[in-house]
Amino acid sequence: MTLTNEQILAQLAEKMPGSALSSEIARDGILNIHTTREQIIDLLQLLRDDEQFGFNFLTTLCAIHYPDNTGQELALVYHLHNWQQNVRIRLKVFLPIDDPTVPTATGLWPTANWMERQEYDFFGVVFTGHPDLRRILNVDDMEVFPMRKEYRLEDGTRTDKDDRFFGRDGHVGQSFD
Amino acid sequence: MSKIITAEMPEGMGGEGFFATKLSSAVGLARANSLWPLPFATSCCGIEFMATMGSNYDLARFGMERLSFSPRQADLLMVMGTIAKKMGPILKQVYTQMAEPKWVLAMGACASSGGIFDSYSVLQGIDKVIPVDVYIPGCPPRPEQVIDGIMKIQELVKNEPLRRRHSPEYQHLLEKYQIG
Repeated sequence: MTLTNEQILAQLAEKMPGSALSSEIARDGILNIHTTREQIIDLLQLLRDDEQFGFNFLTTLCAIHYPDNTGQELALVYHLHNWQQNVRIRLKVFLPIDDPTVPTATGLWPTANWMERQEYDFFGVVFTGHPDLRRILNVDDMEVFPMRKEYRLEDGTRTDKDDRFFGRDGHVGQSFD
Repeated sequence: MSKIITAEMPEGMGGEGFFATKLSSAVGLARANSLWPLPFATSCCGIEFMATMGSNYDLARFGMERLSFSPRQADLLMVMGTIAKKMGPILKQVYTQMAEPKWVLAMGACASSGGIFDSYSVLQGIDKVIPVDVYIPGCPPRPEQVIDGIMKIQELVKNEPLRRRHSPEYQHLLEKYQIG
């Protein structure tokens, strides 16, 4: 008997009431659950260790920046996978950009170490309790979090690129504000 | 009739049983026909380079069949592919590890200018970190273009004065790149 989305929600309401602020079923059929940073680690632990859930694998962790979503600018998405029944689930946590802190999941999955470093690197999400929170992909002396929307995609030092050839209107050596 | 083609003689005085020329011409001739390239291949241009090395295009014709995977024994640094900013210091380190005389060939749009990667994470041309002798345009360039670029390097090697690398201009160039 495969775990269905309805069963997951019903069991969650029973075992950890209040943890799911809201939920929806995405277009790909995967259940998305919104939760808070205070509850995320307990919720992940429950989903991993409870026999009826059995989400043993943290597939990936990603962040999104919604600049217009005041007070909840940054979203963190945890993707979990139950290998035995091949069921997936997503957990979403929204964070204010002034205080983008969330407890680390490295205690549950060691693999979260590099995933969290990546989200710190690109979005500046601070994972409290992380053993080694520093940049992982970008150059060490980078001063910005480049995937936040206020930063331009282009390299500020470029001199010979014409925006028209990159599908943008503009001219060579455009100034960067 | 032998199929071996010998290198063109440099200018000089010849006669019965002797030939006299400038030392720099003789050394240049030797260097140009025994360049040891160091392939620094990071992406698709590297694949095109493999075709150039293969038997169809046969880089060995230029005395280059011996690729050097140690910068210490290489004469020509061939940078082929996108260089991310994080790779920049590594590329520079490889360049400084090479012994003089040394030449640099930037193959493809990415190595020459960043190419289509108009992005914060990509070096906008390797000439931001090391001096380049020859640029090969293309995305990726065909093996014929690579061979053309290599022949341009050979021309440089042949005609360059032996002491050029000690000249004030060259020292100034290296200083600009903050190299040794």
